[in-house]
Amino acid sequence: MESFLIEYLPILIFFGVATGLAVAMVGASLIVSRQNPDPEKVSAYECGFEAFDDARSRFDVRFYLVTLLFIIFDLEVAFLFPWAVALGDIGVFGFWSMVVFLAVLTIGFIYEWKKGALEWE
Amino acid sequence: MIIQAISFYIFAAIAVASAVMVISARNPVHSVLFLILAFFNAAALFILIGAEFLGMILVVVYLGAVTVLFLFVVMMLDINVARLREGFLQYLPIGGLIGAILVAELFLVVGAWVFAPEIEARAQVPIPPLDQMSNTAALGSVLYTRYVYLFQASGLVLLVAMVGAIVLTLRSRPGVHRQSIREQNFRTREESVEIKKVQSRGGV
Repeated sequence: MESFLIEYLPILIFFGVATGLAVAMVGASLIVSRQNPDPEKVSAYECGFEAFDDARSRFDVRFYLVTLLFIIFDLEVAFLFPWAVALGDIGVFGFWSMVVFLAVLTIGFIYEWKKGALEWE
Repeated sequence: MIIQAISFYIFAAIAVASAVMVISARNPVHSVLFLILAFFNAAALFILIGAEFLGMILVVVYLGAVTVLFLFVVMMLDINVARLREGFLQYLPIGGLIGAILVAELFLVVGAWVFAPEIEARAQVPIPPLDQMSNTAALGSVLYTRYVYLFQASGLVLLVAMVGAIVLTLRSRPGVHRQSIREQNFRTREESVEIKKVQSRGGV
């Protein structure tokens, strides 16, 4: 347990460094710089113009479809990781069970390709 | 050991604080961003108790995909922020009641529920200790052989989800010209080029 967590210690140290660096940069620019705001300076603009519209506009539903298909293949990849680690132990049966799993998802992949869900128009 | 305890309290505190911010932030997009922070800290907590694979999957699937989906939903619904806040106090009593019931159930589970004594003997697959086999390898050694039917069933569930997403959201639009590479490659010179003899001063 302990030796397992020791391997994650560098990541924790990196988190500390990253947080410290971010706080230092934002904090230093808050403290050191001279700030003299007025409404024109702090207002949002695009390329020198006033903002034309609200940034929050409605998205097309097709983005949603792309994300859903991405999640499904993401989960498929998540199943591949333990399989790759344990492939030496689980033998031929484990190998073929994953092949069948991939074949089922490939059927879905062919379906969506043929339906044109991957094209943007 | 002390580092483990300190990081547990830091991650747990940030997770709870960001979970509070998820339900109290005025802007729905900020809520989703705090949800990302909460997921991330939950992943760190999973790693702290040794569930390495779950932590990584939480980062890959939830942070990488599900929160993007949530963001799309928030952007697609075009929520009026001021109108959304109106009913907040109105729903507070019933929400508080449900929360209290949930807390009571959690206490019952932790306090009053015990494993049956014979379950230890019946458990077919004992979990190997962490220093002998890593979390991911332990999952992989049983998931694809002993639990093969459940594994294949999850594949079928993913297939159904894929087909369902396409059936629900994909609609063909008339009047859109798609590129068909097969048609392009099968065109011949005869059907695409027409030679016309044009008389001088005649026009086409």
